[in-house]
This record gives sequence, C-alpha cells and structure tokens, in this order.
Amino acid sequence: MSLDRSSQRLPVIVCMVAALMLAIAPMPDWASPFRPDWVALTLIYWSMILPRTYSVGTAWIIGIVLDVAQGTLLGQHAIALCFVVYVTVKFHLQFRVFPASQMSATVFALLAFYQFILFWINGVAGLTTTAITYWGPVITGALIWPLLTLLFGGIRYRARSGA
Amino acid sequence: MVAARTSNQNRSQRTPALGLRLLMLAALSILIMVVDQRENHLDAVRRAIGATVYPLRVVVDAPVALWHWLRDSSESRNDLRLENSRLNAERLLTHARLQRYSALESENARLRAMLEARNRMTDEVRVAGIMSVSANPFRHVLVIDKGKNDGVYDGQAMVDSNGVVGQVIETGLFSAEAVLISDPDHALPVEINRNGLRTIAVGTGEFDRLDLPFLPNNSDVSQGDLLVTSGLGGAFPAGYPVAIVDSVTRIPQEPFAAVSAKPAAELNQVREIMLIWSVPDETGEEVPEATE
Repeated sequence: MSLDRSSQRLPVIVCMVAALMLAIAPMPDWASPFRPDWVALTLIYWSMILPRTYSVGTAWIIGIVLDVAQGTLLGQHAIALCFVVYVTVKFHLQFRVFPASQMSATVFALLAFYQFILFWINGVAGLTTTAITYWGPVITGALIWPLLTLLFGGIRYRARSGA
Repeated sequence: MVAARTSNQNRSQRTPALGLRLLMLAALSILIMVVDQRENHLDAVRRAIGATVYPLRVVVDAPVALWHWLRDSSESRNDLRLENSRLNAERLLTHARLQRYSALESENARLRAMLEARNRMTDEVRVAGIMSVSANPFRHVLVIDKGKNDGVYDGQAMVDSNGVVGQVIETGLFSAEAVLISDPDHALPVEINRNGLRTIAVGTGEFDRLDLPFLPNNSDVSQGDLLVTSGLGGAFPAGYPVAIVDSVTRIPQEPFAAVSAKPAAELNQVREIMLIWSVPDETGEEVPEATE
C-alpha cells in the first residue's frame, strides 16, 4: 500500500477540492438545510482508508479553508473535523470491516458529533440558530454514504490500477 | 507535515502521537476562534486564505453565470425591443422625477446653509454582482464580486433598486461577504417616514419579515408605514427605504407592541446590488452662491 501512495495523492486532493466546492455551491432555499457535509464525509472516507496519510493535520488545514470559504468563525470547522477524523483514524480497522448498514449508522453518529461541535461553538459565540436545522445534513449524509463509498472506491481502484 | 507522518511507519509510535496532535490542533483552533471572535487581528490571515478560496468561488459561480449569459444571449429580438421600450419609458419617468428632485436638493442646501447646519453627505454608488456561492450556513450571508481592490470596506452599506439589502462584514481582495438585514443577528436603526419616530429593525431569519421589538404600545405606528434608515448607527446613510410595516399587534399586558415589517428589497432574489460610499458634500456650500 505504501508503494501507490504518491499516485493516490492527486485523486484524493481532487476529491477534497470537489467537496469544498460542493460545500459552497448554490442550492435552492428549501434544499440548503439538507446539504450533506461533503467535506466531513470525504475526510471520513479517506482517513479511514489511508489513516497514515490523511489524519488530523489534513483535517485541520481543510477545516480552516472551509471556515474562510464559508465565512464562519476561523477554527470552527477545523476543530470539528479534527475530532471526527481522530475518532475515524482511531477506529479505522473496525470501520473498514463494518457491513454497509452498520457503517451508515456509524457515519450518522460521526456527523451528529460533528454538527454538535459546530452547534456548541455557535452557542458559545452567541450565534442564535435553531437546533433542528443541524439534523438535516446528518440524515442526508448518512443516506448518501453508500453512494460515496462506491464512487470513492472506484476512484481508488482506478488510481491503483493506473499506477 | 504529511511527509513527516508517512515516514513515521511504526504503529506503536503513531497512536500516542495522534492524540497529542489532536490536542495541539484543538488548542490552536480554540485560540484562533477566541482571537477571531474578540478582535480583528486575523483579517490578514483570512484574506490570505481567502485569495486561495476565490478561484473555488469563481468555478462554483461559473455554471450559474453561464446559464444567465446563455439566457440573455438567446432572447429574441422582439423581447429585446419590448424590454428596450419599457426601459425607455421608465427612464423618461425617472428623469421627470429627478428634475424636481434636483430643484428640491438645491433648495434644501440653501435652507441648510441658512440654518448653518452640518452639510449632508452625498453618496457615491457602484454596482456589484452577487456570486452564486452559498456562504455561512448559520447566517443570512451572501458573497459579492467586489473586494478590497475595488475600495470595499467592512461595514459598507448595500442597497438594491427598492431598498436596503445589508452591509459588508468581511472584505477579501476580490470578493466580500455581506450580511442581509434579515439575518437574526442584524439590527438596523430606522425611522418611520411619516412622523420621524425612531426605532430598531431586527432581522428574524426569514427573508420577508423584520421585527420592530422596541415600539411601545401607545406609539404612533400603523400598517403601511414606510421605514427608512435614520443614519444613527453610522453604517447606513440616512433616508434609504428599508421596509413597510405589515402588521401591528397591541397586547395591553405587554410593554411593547408586536410590529413586523416586510423588507422593501427582495432579499432572496437580488442578483445585483449597489454599494454606497458616503463622502462629505463639498459642493453643498457653493450651491447657494451659485443660485444667488
């Protein structure tokens, strides 16, 4: 696995940039509360597959970029992504062998954890938001996870066979 | 950083380091958040990273911009002619109104000079486009395609052709973020145009409603009143329309009436907005002399 690491770096970077773009892409008003946390999902996947290459440091840098892109408090998404990726890397061996349904449930829990940190920081910073809006991305994220694993799995397979 | 980690192949060494790294990054994040919340020392950092984010915004905005361009260029000749004649008629009407306005303006300047009142500010206006980028999910924020390079500054007022839209909160080099007046954390000093009663209009998180929570039950406010900016907060120049009062509920037990208003600007449909630069009016003194 260490041999094809360099050939896998480019596809992963492309995935991350695409996730960042989806995070700021325009959506109709009714749909935007259900926008999945693309960046969190992408980081969970790649830190589960390549935990030595993509870990909390990557998560922090991407989180800072996400904070600037969305204009949120600098460090808010960074710290939330760090904690989520930490849990993922810590248990990546278990997560890899989970059946699909159990993995979706795990992703649900991870995303709920992620949104909870964001919610908490918003509360401390004095931003008034309704708690119910934090559940939309968690649910859609867990539902879209199986499709994402197929997509990312395909990308990984291509990258490895191409090398 | 990545290279350092990959060289660290030994698993037993990696695991404790992971927790340590998490703690360090978490502490750093908290430090940054506190500094970012309290003061503005991080504006330079934000701007530097923002410059790398700008291409992402352009790419995300491109399909929508392309769609608008395609729709504009495929409009039929007939449609264009109709629109042209409509715009011409509108222009004539506006010009007619403007003639009276300029007479009024010079009269106003003369009267102010007689009273030796402070000169009014004149407003310089420039059009900015709105990028189709969804910003902060927790707030009503939009991204405009003008930034520090075009002279945009934090706190700058923003209007559309109907009324006040919001103000700039974060200036990047080529783009800026602006908060709408409907944001739940936004409050705007206004006055009722009919009688000059001053109050505050607070955003509700809904695009079509503002709250006026500080009007006593016996205050003179009624449905249909136009609210204009009072200019008291310093951010917005005075006299721009903000909203129209659409419901007044007086509850005898409560100290304040429940008043809500509908913003004059179409906050969720704007595609272009105007940025306002307030400059002190230097010509104001010369106007009376010129007319004497």
